Amino acid sequence: MKPYPIFRITVWKVIAILLIGAGVVSAIARFRLGLGATTHLNDLFPWGLWIGFDFLGIGLAAAGFTIVAAVNLFHAHEYEPIVRPAILTAFIGYLLVVLVLVIDLGRPENFWHPLVMWNPHSVMFEITWCVILYTTVLSLEFAPIVLEKFNMHAPIKMIHNVSLPFMIVGVLLSTLHQSSFGSLYLIVPTRLHALWYTPLLPVLFFISCIASGISMVIVETLILSRNGRVLLSPVLMANLAKMSAVALAIYLVVRIQDLLSRGAWHEMRTLSYHSLAFWAEILIGFVVPFILLMFERVRFSRRGLYLSALLVLAGFAANRMNTAITGMETWPSQTYFPSLMEILITTGIAAIGFTAFTLIARYLPIFAPTNATSTHS
Amino acid sequence: MNQKKAMLIDITQCIGCNACQDGCKVENKLATGEEKRLSPTAYTALSEHDGVFVRHMCQHCEVPTCVSVCPVAAFTKTAEGPVLYDANKCIGCRYCMQACPFRAPRYEWASTKPRVQKCIFCAPRLAKGLQPACAEACPTGATKFGIRSELLEEAAGRIEAEPDKYVARIYGSDTVGGTSILYITHVPFEKLGFDTRLDKFPMPLLTNNAMSKIPNVVTVGSVLLAGIWWITNRRAEVQQYEASQKQNGHSQNEDK
Repeated sequence: MKPYPIFRITVWKVIAILLIGAGVVSAIARFRLGLGATTHLNDLFPWGLWIGFDFLGIGLAAAGFTIVAAVNLFHAHEYEPIVRPAILTAFIGYLLVVLVLVIDLGRPENFWHPLVMWNPHSVMFEITWCVILYTTVLSLEFAPIVLEKFNMHAPIKMIHNVSLPFMIVGVLLSTLHQSSFGSLYLIVPTRLHALWYTPLLPVLFFISCIASGISMVIVETLILSRNGRVLLSPVLMANLAKMSAVALAIYLVVRIQDLLSRGAWHEMRTLSYHSLAFWAEILIGFVVPFILLMFERVRFSRRGLYLSALLVLAGFAANRMNTAITGMETWPSQTYFPSLMEILITTGIAAIGFTAFTLIARYLPIFAPTNATSTHS
Repeated sequence: MNQKKAMLIDITQCIGCNACQDGCKVENKLATGEEKRLSPTAYTALSEHDGVFVRHMCQHCEVPTCVSVCPVAAFTKTAEGPVLYDANKCIGCRYCMQACPFRAPRYEWASTKPRVQKCIFCAPRLAKGLQPACAEACPTGATKFGIRSELLEEAAGRIEAEPDKYVARIYGSDTVGGTSILYITHVPFEKLGFDTRLDKFPMPLLTNNAMSKIPNVVTVGSVLLAGIWWITNRRAEVQQYEASQKQNGHSQNEDK
C-alpha cells in the first residue's frame, strides 16, 4: 500500500461525509435549542432513540471482551488475528456511546458529576463507572497498536507486563455493565411490557451480548477478509458460528422458560402491537439464525455466515429497541417516534464510527501483531 | 418536630376548585394560569374522572425510587417527609422520570439548562412550622396536612364510620412501601387512574437485589478467570515443551 494514497471520491465516502455533516449540524442545533425543540422526548417518554443506540453500541462492542477473554485468558491463540480488530471495534463503540450519552444528557456540562457525587444504589451510577473504567482498559489494550506504529517498544513492554490483571478487570467490567443495562429496567415492573420485563433482565442482557459480540466478530472478519487477506481459516469461522449458536440456544431456553414461568404465555398468544414485535424479535433474530447455524453447510459458507450473523445482530438490535422503546409504549398516550434530528445525530455518529474504523484499519497495524506485543505470557 | 408529616386527600370532599394549584403556584413562584397536567410550572394538578377530581403530585415516598436511581444523588429524602432535588448536582439523565412509579418528575424540555421539577412538599414552610400552601388553600379540607401516623388513623376512622361510602383502602399507606400523600375515595381507585398494580414493597428493592450480586460477580469472576488463565496457560506451556522435545528428538535422529 502506498503511504499516502490519493484521495478518491467514492459513493461510501460521499455518504459518510453527508451523514457526519448532517449529524454535526443537528448536534449544534440540539445544544443551542435544547432537547425539547430538537427531540420527540417528553415527560412521559424521557428515554428514546439515543438510549437505544447506547444499548446497541455497547452490545456490538461486546466483540472486544469476548475475543480478549477467549484469546488472552482462555489461550485460544488461533483467534489471535482478530483480537486487534475486535479491540478496535470495542474502543470505537465505547467512545461513540459516551458521545451519544453526553448529547442525550440534559446538562452535559455536568457529565463528570458521577465521579465525585456518588450514589452506589443507582444502576446508572454503576454503569457510568463501568463504562469509564472499561474505556480506560480498552485504551490500554488499544495503545500498543498506536505505539507499535511509532516504534515505541518500551511502553508496549510496560503495558504488556501488567496486561493480565487489566484484561481480567476488563472482562469483569463488561460482564457487570452489559448485564446492568438490563438492570436499569428492573425498577419499572408496571411500565415495561410483560414480554420484556423480567427479574432475569440482567442475565438475558448478558447472554445476548455474547451472541451479538461473537456475531459482530464474524461479520467484521468477513468484511476484513477480502482482497486475498485471510484472517481466520474456515474451520475457525465455523467454530465462532458454533459458539454464537450455543449462546443463542442458552438465551432461548432461559427467555422462553422465564416467559412461561411468569405466565406471560397469554401475551405471546394474543395478537397485538407488542406480541408482533416480540415474535419478530424472537423468530428472526434468535430462532432462524440458530436453525441456520445448525447446518454445517451454512457454517462453512461465507454467505451463510454473513446472513446468520447479521440476523443475530438484527435480533439483538430488535431486543434492545423493544426493551427501550416498544415495551415502554404501554400506557395510554405514551408512544414515541424519534425526531429527524435525533435520527440524524444517531446516523452521523454511526458514520463517524465506520469512518474511524476504516481509517485506523488503513493506517495502524491492526492486522499484523509483531512478537513484541503478542500476548503469549 | 421531626415526626413524619403527610397529607390526607379525601377525594369525596374535593370540589375541583383548583385553589391548591393556585396556592402552590404563588408559594413556589411558578408561572400562573390553570394547568390540567403536572408540568415544570405545575407541581400539582387536578384530573377529572366523571365529576370526581384527583390531585396529582409527587407522593414523597418513604423509600423513594428517584433517590435510589439518581446516579449523582441529586434527590434526598428528609426526615420530615419531603423528597428534595438539587439542580446543581443533576446531570440530566432523566432516570428519575423513567423510574418514578407516579410519573411525578417533570422536565424543563424547553430550556438549555433544564431542571427536573416536582412538588417539594413546601419544605421551607414545614421548616417554619407552617403547613403546605395547597393544604392551607383548600377550602373544603379535602387536603389535610398533619403527622403521618395520625392521618392514617383518621383516614381509617373515616372509612370505618362510613363503610358504605368509602372504598376500604388508603392509597399510599403501604403502596411502594408507603408514601406521604394518602388518598381515600368513594370511587374505586383503578377508575380514577391510580396504578393499583403497584406492589407493597419499595421499588428500589428490585434493583438493590441485582446490585447486591455485584461483589460476588467480581470476586468469583476474577478468581474464575484467573484460574482458567492459569490452567490454559499451563496447558499451552506443556504443549510447547512437548513440541520442542519432539523437535529435538527429530533433529537428534537426523544428526545420527
